[in-house]
Amino acid sequence: MKHSVTLRVNGREHRLELEARTTLLEVVREYLGLTGAKAGCDLQVCGACTVLLNGKPASACSALAVDADGAEVLTIEGLGDGAALHPLQEAFMECGALQCGYCTPGFILAAKFLLEVCPHPTEEEMRRYLGGNLCRCGCYMEIREAVKKAAGL
Amino acid sequence: MERLDYRAKVRGTAVYVADMQMPGLCHGKILRSSIPHGRVTRVDATGALGVRGVIAALTRDDLMTDRGIDPFYGPVFKDQSIVAVDKVRHVGDPVAAVAALDLDAAEEALERIVVEYEELPAAFDVGDALEPGAPLVHEKVRRSPGGFADLAGVDPIEGTNICTHYKLRYGDVEQGFRESERIFEATYALPTTQHAALEAHGCIAAVEAGGRIVVWSATQNPFVVRTQLANIFKVPVSRVRVAAPYLGGGYGSKVYPKLEPLAVALALKARRPVRILLTRDEVFLTITKHAATIRVKTGVKNDGTLVARQCEMLLDTGAYAEIGPRVAMKSGMTAAGPYRIPHVKVDALAVYTNKPPAGAFRGFGVSQSAWAIESQMDEIARALGIDPLEMRLKNAYEEGSEFVTGERLTSIGLKSCLERAAAAIGWADRAPQATAGGKRRGKGIACLIKGTITPSVSAAALRLSEDGSITLFTGTVEMGQGSETLLASIAATELGIPLERVHVVAGDTDVVPYDLTTSSSRSTFHMGKAVQLAARDLCRQLGNIVAEEYGVPAAEVRFSQGKVRFAETTLEYHEVLFKRYGMPGGTIIGQGEVRTQTLVAPGKKMASVFWFVGAGAVEVEVNPDTGQLKIVNYAAAVDVGKAINPQGCRQQLTGAAITGMGQALYEELAFDDGRPVNANLIDYILPSLGDMPGAMEAITVEVPHGQGPFGAKGIGETALIPVAPAIANAVQDAVGVRIKELPLTAEKVFFALQRARKKA
Repeated sequence: MKHSVTLRVNGREHRLELEARTTLLEVVREYLGLTGAKAGCDLQVCGACTVLLNGKPASACSALAVDADGAEVLTIEGLGDGAALHPLQEAFMECGALQCGYCTPGFILAAKFLLEVCPHPTEEEMRRYLGGNLCRCGCYMEIREAVKKAAGL
Repeated sequence: MERLDYRAKVRGTAVYVADMQMPGLCHGKILRSSIPHGRVTRVDATGALGVRGVIAALTRDDLMTDRGIDPFYGPVFKDQSIVAVDKVRHVGDPVAAVAALDLDAAEEALERIVVEYEELPAAFDVGDALEPGAPLVHEKVRRSPGGFADLAGVDPIEGTNICTHYKLRYGDVEQGFRESERIFEATYALPTTQHAALEAHGCIAAVEAGGRIVVWSATQNPFVVRTQLANIFKVPVSRVRVAAPYLGGGYGSKVYPKLEPLAVALALKARRPVRILLTRDEVFLTITKHAATIRVKTGVKNDGTLVARQCEMLLDTGAYAEIGPRVAMKSGMTAAGPYRIPHVKVDALAVYTNKPPAGAFRGFGVSQSAWAIESQMDEIARALGIDPLEMRLKNAYEEGSEFVTGERLTSIGLKSCLERAAAAIGWADRAPQATAGGKRRGKGIACLIKGTITPSVSAAALRLSEDGSITLFTGTVEMGQGSETLLASIAATELGIPLERVHVVAGDTDVVPYDLTTSSSRSTFHMGKAVQLAARDLCRQLGNIVAEEYGVPAAEVRFSQGKVRFAETTLEYHEVLFKRYGMPGGTIIGQGEVRTQTLVAPGKKMASVFWFVGAGAVEVEVNPDTGQLKIVNYAAAVDVGKAINPQGCRQQLTGAAITGMGQALYEELAFDDGRPVNANLIDYILPSLGDMPGAMEAITVEVPHGQGPFGAKGIGETALIPVAPAIANAVQDAVGVRIKELPLTAEKVFFALQRARKKA
């Protein structure tokens, strides 16, 4: 049985007919072609599927689209403005805070939220807000630098 | 320089195999064995075909009746099959597959496939597998045709579960032990672990109308996969295309065929392109890192001079050989450590068990042997009352030292790595100190030597277009290590053009010249050199064209700052090419090839064309009441030959060290009678940002190699290897206990401290 779901994704409204079990990750990737959010663990542990749902980080792999009816969703593709990059995107590049790039969209969105809540984050705040994003290439030291740089620290 | 892949990656527009779409694409799912060992008595997929949305099902019946398919493959031994033909040999072994319009239909279809097993006794670990009368994982093993040159003469022992027994004999260990003043013996162990690349394995396969096979795969070595597919499906290599997009991490988990043979077979059956993407738990069942038990017996003089060393390494290679034979050989060769020892005896065995196959993992068997050797070095040093750093420096390989294969080592900055890593953590200030709250701090150091695949081949091509822009064709796969940008920058530097004018086409066997593999930390050296040679070839050809068209000696033609120059003249590329071709078009291609044999004196045999040496030093803080430890400071020092891209080098050093920390402190893939217990990312613990030490230092030592581009060697794996033993050594320094089995958990430290207190 299909449900009618309205989502405002990166500022644009979409109305979709979806099975109840469709995840937010499936919606953004398969229905909307926004493939920046990645499937990493299927268990909302790794953070690769992070999107901002009504402004807060959510693991899209474990969020049902029907539960997000009427919500605002920001994916990595919605960051920056045309050719211009968001300061976090610039900082990640400058600091070498990525290698394979698979965790990067999720990390940048999680960091965006961190900086909104804590504009000058302490080490402890960085650990708390970014501890749920895994990076197997091991860019954590550079990611910390990039977040500080974007925060003007 | 901005890395060429960065902009797309931070925007989320970089394309990985899971992001790719194709007309007619359908979804594949794999039915896997639920038992560790058994005969497959019945497979019936009829029920699956009744599910709406299912297009095709693949079972062994399809493979065994089709003369056009040889279902057996493997990089060294043909012991794997596309799906199980006679037996299943591990939990997770593929038994059948379905292709469907959507994943839900595919999953439902799997449940309708009937499989019956006659369960067999299983060998769950190396101990079981080596028992006389143990169940045999493979009754008979065939060699793969046209195998790798370095693995000739490596064969399984029939009638046993011994996949490979590598033997190294150097000097006479028994005599060495007689000459020794003290002898030390110990056994060390490491569990199965997993690469856990954030991108799971994935592959798209399509068979075109004329029978041509096209595969997009997250693979580190498209050419090897192409060869294996050509052998399996009995077509000329030219009718197979394997292309790798960006990979979301590899670390050795994506070398050699994994999903590709099955995906192609399913695509043939379905008559549509099929995409197979593994779920996270399936990744744990596909490929792992060898668990190992290492026994070391070392004879020394009282002044710390190493006299003799005997190692027995037992590597748990799982149900299929994969590249296990080479892991046994390479790790066996360097098993005695980076030291001048007159007498060495190594036996390295890769043993079949009924568990998922083990294969290449960043470090390739050397993190296992280094765990043992570097732990024991400290135990010996302490027993003799010698500083562990001094003992290593005293025995370390130097320029010109003889290696255990009889060859001389060159370009070996090992002592410099040791000294600089030690200095970075303040080695000289080592004194037992209790910090506030009763915690104890300690320092430890470890070092290593590792080789690279030798012999090997890499070729590159550079195509000049009419406006002076360049297309670089390379088989090296960008998996995060920065090869795309590094190779482009070598081309740009050699050609005197801005980096922005270089576009890289990578990893597509239809287009690029041959490259053996993106692994073994070999690409900077081999492919980088090939790119240099291709650039020089291009310049030579251009020089001749300018000479012909403008009547100047070719030797006077220069290429710099994006222009063509001779005498007082400066020309744009498009002017030169227009003059040559009479139109804004034409093709000029420079080619370069590196075959290891061309880099050494003819007839000279060598185990490795260059060597990786490095050291890791760490300061830890241990809570003596709980056993918990914290890394205060870590320094990785690696001899890279030449740090062409310093930021890239730092990323590789700290990145590899962080994975080393995970392997040392948290990671273990646990099994219960062959069934993985924690095959998910909640229970298999990876390091997170919260686990990071306060400081990490990345030190590049530069002892140039005459054959590398700008003197560069390689870097990707080295910094991972010393982490675990350095930490164990620091723990002993801090609280006086020796942990011999990884992972180095708080429980192990706690119980070791308890035992030590009871003894006292």
